[in-house]
Amino acid sequence: MTTAPAAPSRRRAARSSNARPWTFYVLATLFTLYVVALYGPMACIYVLSFQDIRGGLVFPMKGLSLHWFVDLFTQVRTGDVAGSFDRSIKLAVIVTIITVVASFLAGLAFRRRFPGDSVLFYLMIASLVAPGLVLGIGVGLIFQFLGLEPSWYTSALGAQLSWTLPFGVLVMFAVMSRFDRSWEEAARDLGASALQTVRRVVVPILAPGIVAVALFGFTLSYDEFARTLQTSGSLNTLPLEIWSMTLNVTSPSLYALGTVTTIVSFVIIGACLGAIAYLQRRRAGASANH
Amino acid sequence: MSSPAASTDALGALATARGASAPAARRRAQSPLARTGWRRGLVGWLLVAPLVLVLVPFFVAPIIGVVIASFLEGDGFGGILPVFTLDNYAGVFGSALTYNLYYETLKFTLLTWIFTLVIGFWVSYFLVFHVRSKLLAIGLFLLCTVPFWTSNIIRMISWIPLLGKEGLINSVLVGTGLASQPVEFLLFSSFAVVVAYVHQLTIFMIVPIFNAMARIDKRVLEAAVDAGASRFAVVSRIVLPLSKSGIALGSIFVVSIVMGDFFVVKVMSGGGSASVVGAFYEDIAVLQYPTAAASACVLTAVVMLIVALILRTVDIRREIAR
Repeated sequence: MTTAPAAPSRRRAARSSNARPWTFYVLATLFTLYVVALYGPMACIYVLSFQDIRGGLVFPMKGLSLHWFVDLFTQVRTGDVAGSFDRSIKLAVIVTIITVVASFLAGLAFRRRFPGDSVLFYLMIASLVAPGLVLGIGVGLIFQFLGLEPSWYTSALGAQLSWTLPFGVLVMFAVMSRFDRSWEEAARDLGASALQTVRRVVVPILAPGIVAVALFGFTLSYDEFARTLQTSGSLNTLPLEIWSMTLNVTSPSLYALGTVTTIVSFVIIGACLGAIAYLQRRRAGASANH
Repeated sequence: MSSPAASTDALGALATARGASAPAARRRAQSPLARTGWRRGLVGWLLVAPLVLVLVPFFVAPIIGVVIASFLEGDGFGGILPVFTLDNYAGVFGSALTYNLYYETLKFTLLTWIFTLVIGFWVSYFLVFHVRSKLLAIGLFLLCTVPFWTSNIIRMISWIPLLGKEGLINSVLVGTGLASQPVEFLLFSSFAVVVAYVHQLTIFMIVPIFNAMARIDKRVLEAAVDAGASRFAVVSRIVLPLSKSGIALGSIFVVSIVMGDFFVVKVMSGGGSASVVGAFYEDIAVLQYPTAAASACVLTAVVMLIVALILRTVDIRREIAR
């Protein structure tokens, strides 16, 4: 609160707003290294998956072909890749729909206090942090006790939801915290029913956030491993297939599978980010017209 | 004190803060009149009904099932007999192996936590306070998050062609003469396990810390610099305390995921290291359900305890909804 050092430090601040401080260059280097380490290894296996029949698991690259992709979907020894791929996509779609609907409703509820809300909140956090395999064993035991046959669309679906739903609700919390309650009040003042308010005001405004929840739901399910391991029954999902391949297959087919599954992930991410950008632009356009 | 412009800024910030709290106060005053308590409770529970319908059968019931199984006898063929016993727990706590497993798992957890925290904090700091264009900052942030939405297993095995004995790093080391023969500790070692964890989990630190930092009013930092604070003091006394909620949230994710993992340890250590989860996964493979259940209960209790300790430092619900 003294006035004396204020003047020189302001001059220093003015100077540093033009020139970058040395910390900028240190942190920019760190950031670049991080991004390289993040993408570099993944890029390696995508490149290595395009080798020809002589290809091995390490560099140098031997030839250039789609041999290992064909191998992946035709060879019996690599397991049922096509079938597990199909199941994983279907399961992820079901998980996404349930996650979006349930998280949205829970997000609406958690904006107000209601009796027992804290218990439910901490139950959700507990479900999120519980070790996946423990939950998998538990679901397996419950199904065994009830005499039910575990399968990817019953026990694995439920086990995955116990992880994607808390995630979705937490994302929904963050999305809804940016929602101005007065818009909702205005709609109600203008005579909208509760359902109309949600459908015509809340959902359109929160649409980009809802797409983000869908992205979480889909990808968390599509890549889920620990909870699915004990609950998928006799048929594998894709991550389980990849897991068994890492233990058995020592050919670039494994990398080819990595490339295929990453392409699917990238398509989903691109579609969702595109949808969010589109919805936000439309919203900006709509508000400019009024 | 300083320039008049700065003080108007501070007043502006104060006014916004008051403006934001006023409608909230009004809502609180109105709500008891608008609808009665029990009706609000009913609407709330109806809205969370789908969530409850998932959590009860697929989280509460399985955990109770595991707890019950941990106190029962197994028949050794995958069956469970309805006979009460404490032998499973005696086995877990009486074995030196258990303590070794926890030592290994906690070691990996601590190392991963430190590296993800340091990298995550400084990457977020760079994006929030050093990148001047907001659009560029969001673009770079998305660049960091994209791999999170791809397969963890694939990202883990992608280190094999790099770290292996004939991998890229070793060929560069031998090729440039930095090493006379391939370095062996890179793959199938504790080093590889930590690399894979940090690669997968730093994003869990970046997202919440980035969010917490983005909410810091930049004028507070300017005011600190104006008052003569050093760059170090700004970080340690303003940015760090205000990012606490993000750090807590990120730590919860990192700790619970590393402690619940077994496949990274199994593949990346090449069998050299074991983990708590890996050990009871082996029990399941030989159909020793009650033994596995006791071990699973102890692990779950340990994870929940650590998470509860982290939660004590911050009101997570208020922080997320802020």
